[in-house]
Amino acid sequence: MQVKDLVEQFDLEVVAGNKGLDRQVKDGYCGDLLSEIMANAPEGSVWLTIQGHQNIVAVAVLREMAAIIIAGGQTPDQETLQKAEQEKIPILLWPHSAYKLAGRLYGLGVGNPQSD
Amino acid sequence: MSGLKKSFYIKARDFNRAGEASISVQNFLKSMNFDPGLIRRIAICGYEGEMNAVMHGGDGALSIEIDSDKLVLEISDDGYGIEDIELAMQAGFSTANDEHREMGFGAGMGLPNMKKNSDQIMVASEKGQGTQVQMIFFLNQGGQID
Ligand SMILES: Nc1ncnc2c1ncn2[C@@H]1O[C@H](COP(=O)(O)OP(=O)(O)O)[C@@H](O)[C@H]1O
Ligand SMILES: [Mg+2]
Repeated sequence: MQVKDLVEQFDLEVVAGNKGLDRQVKDGYCGDLLSEIMANAPEGSVWLTIQGHQNIVAVAVLREMAAIIIAGGQTPDQETLQKAEQEKIPILLWPHSAYKLAGRLYGLGVGNPQSD
Repeated sequence: MSGLKKSFYIKARDFNRAGEASISVQNFLKSMNFDPGLIRRIAICGYEGEMNAVMHGGDGALSIEIDSDKLVLEISDDGYGIEDIELAMQAGFSTANDEHREMGFGAGMGLPNMKKNSDQIMVASEKGQGTQVQMIFFLNQGGQID
């Protein structure tokens, strides 16, 4: 599954990183504490967070994530979009809670060991 | 290959550039075909160290030195230093301010994660004297591919 498949499926808004839409989605992770994400997020994750500031991009790059999904109707800062564009990390917006999207992604097989 | 060293500048309180040094190191290590697991550990340690310099420390540098048997990652800054290193190393201890916490920093997990992800860690600091954190990653368990 690629990032663009999720965009289609869940009608996510792509606000940056179009060039990364063909990245492979291998897993998912939720969280807003950057040290915890840095330590634990699996490679190739879509990362669901309510953080919209620019430092999320470096974390996504260093953890080799597939995309960042900003949930809960939060809006990313302008610097975040610029960085994501540079690093080719898709930033996607989801207006509802992270919980709701995580459940649906899991149901679709993302990060669900049962569906491997 | 021995003693190859790369250094990257870190600017205090510059959240705009924060993380760039660690990303540069990651790209460099990838270009040298190091083991992905090792690169991941170094990415975690580099980022936490870099962010500590940015948030708590002062201007500084992040460097990586490659030897035949090990990689040495060092982050040093000329900030206020750490008063009680033992306390700073404890999980959950943080002096991060509200602004840092709002951004999702300040979990007090940086130094503990650096310790966990490196083979050896040395923290040298004194109040008013800056901070140096050196981490060693041994290559003897097939850390390097070629
Ligand atoms: N380079 C540094 N200069 C000054 N103080 C530091 C430095 N690095 C760490 N510290 C101190 O150690 C504490 C714990 O650091 P860390 O484990 O990374 O957690 P956090 O960064 O989330 O606070 C910091 O809150 C700070 O008080
Ligand atoms: Mg820290």
